[in-house]
Amino acid sequence: MHYELIFQHWQLFLDGYKVTVILLFSVFMVSLVLAIILAIFRSSDNSVLRHPIRGYTYFMRGTPLLLQVYIIYYGLGQFESIRASMFWPLLSEAWFCIALGLILNNTAYLTEIIQGALREVPKAIIEGAKSLGMSPIKTFLLVVCPLALRRSIPALSNEFIFVMHSTAVASTITVVDILGAGRKLNTSYYLAYEGFITAAVLYVSIAFSASYCFRALEKRYLDPLSYR
Amino acid sequence: MNEAWPYVPHVLAGAKLTIILSVASLILSCIFGFISAAARLSDVYLLQRVSQVYVSVIRGIPELVLMLLVYFGGQMLLNDLGELTGLWGYIDVDALSSAIFSIGFIFGAYMSEAFRGAYLAIPGGQLDASKSLGLRPIAYLWLIVWPQFLIHVLPAFRNNWLVILKTTAFASVVGVHDLVWRAKGAASATHNPFYFLVLAALVYLCFTILSERFFSYIQGRMKRGWMSI
Repeated sequence: MHYELIFQHWQLFLDGYKVTVILLFSVFMVSLVLAIILAIFRSSDNSVLRHPIRGYTYFMRGTPLLLQVYIIYYGLGQFESIRASMFWPLLSEAWFCIALGLILNNTAYLTEIIQGALREVPKAIIEGAKSLGMSPIKTFLLVVCPLALRRSIPALSNEFIFVMHSTAVASTITVVDILGAGRKLNTSYYLAYEGFITAAVLYVSIAFSASYCFRALEKRYLDPLSYR
Repeated sequence: MNEAWPYVPHVLAGAKLTIILSVASLILSCIFGFISAAARLSDVYLLQRVSQVYVSVIRGIPELVLMLLVYFGGQMLLNDLGELTGLWGYIDVDALSSAIFSIGFIFGAYMSEAFRGAYLAIPGGQLDASKSLGLRPIAYLWLIVWPQFLIHVLPAFRNNWLVILKTTAFASVVGVHDLVWRAKGAASATHNPFYFLVLAALVYLCFTILSERFFSYIQGRMKRGWMSI
């Protein structure tokens, strides 16, 4: 056991921790906003809107995240037109590729969750809002969307932990996150497990605090709803 | 692009290893899940707690971390144990078996929750009813619990299988020569990374579609004669 090496490199793990947490929160928030928009389109009657979104979520949910990130990071650079485009300075950065991959992947999962929740909002509530003279946009923003979000808190909690698991993919494309720090110790000092155990402990700490926060949210926003 | 064609069969052959890895992990995860669910449902407090800790800790660790930990640390641990007890000599743990073990161990936790939920969905009154009919415990489990358990467990089981299938892609990181590893190799050899990585993704998509078809067929068959309330 060489735990003194871990303590010597605490700065490396702290930086990795920051990278993971920033990636986790920004990806989750951006995906959540995108997913709400896509879920509205997905549940519309317009099949031109509905089918492409369905295809997108199906592809993203049916293929491994690792491959999606590889396609963005290694694959896109193959094309001359992309390398010449204005997006190339961003697409050649590993941190941008992992963020883009995670957002695209998780938006697909979140779209399905939120679409399911939107569908389950009782018709009577929507009719009630209509009878009060609320416009469709107001009904959606003030009645349907908050209800759907409240009811999807347990699923969102699962999804948050899932995004945390996914952020570990960052280390496969050279971004130094928590796992990246562990792998660095593994390659430079031949430490077999100390670095990975430290990484695992840090990840578990994030997961436990996230579950705690989501349980508090559930208590505050889900429990007051009489129907479940 | 033409010089890339010979690599295609080589990459597709990696799909065999992906399937072997997925199925072996699935079987192992069912074993871990069964043991953990049985422990959780037992009357022994210590077993319940151990099962609970297993499930919640595994949920907090990314798959990739555990796979790297098992791959690099597992061999060392096994050899240290062997030296300590003198039971076995030097063991070389290969990437494939360490990947199977870690995926099986991770999804054992998810399977455990699925099994427990499906078992608890069966009304307790049926045990009293079967006792009053004079059924032995084995007959109760086999004739009453098992058929209902299968119906309740299938949705979660299907879900876990689909996630296991996609998790096997991580095995390429520890050096298992599966679909993803070969696609990446061909990608750098031919300078056509996009085509080969998309090819691998499409193979995974095919597996997902086939699995979904298979499970909806099974679910349809099992629901025959089943009345939902």
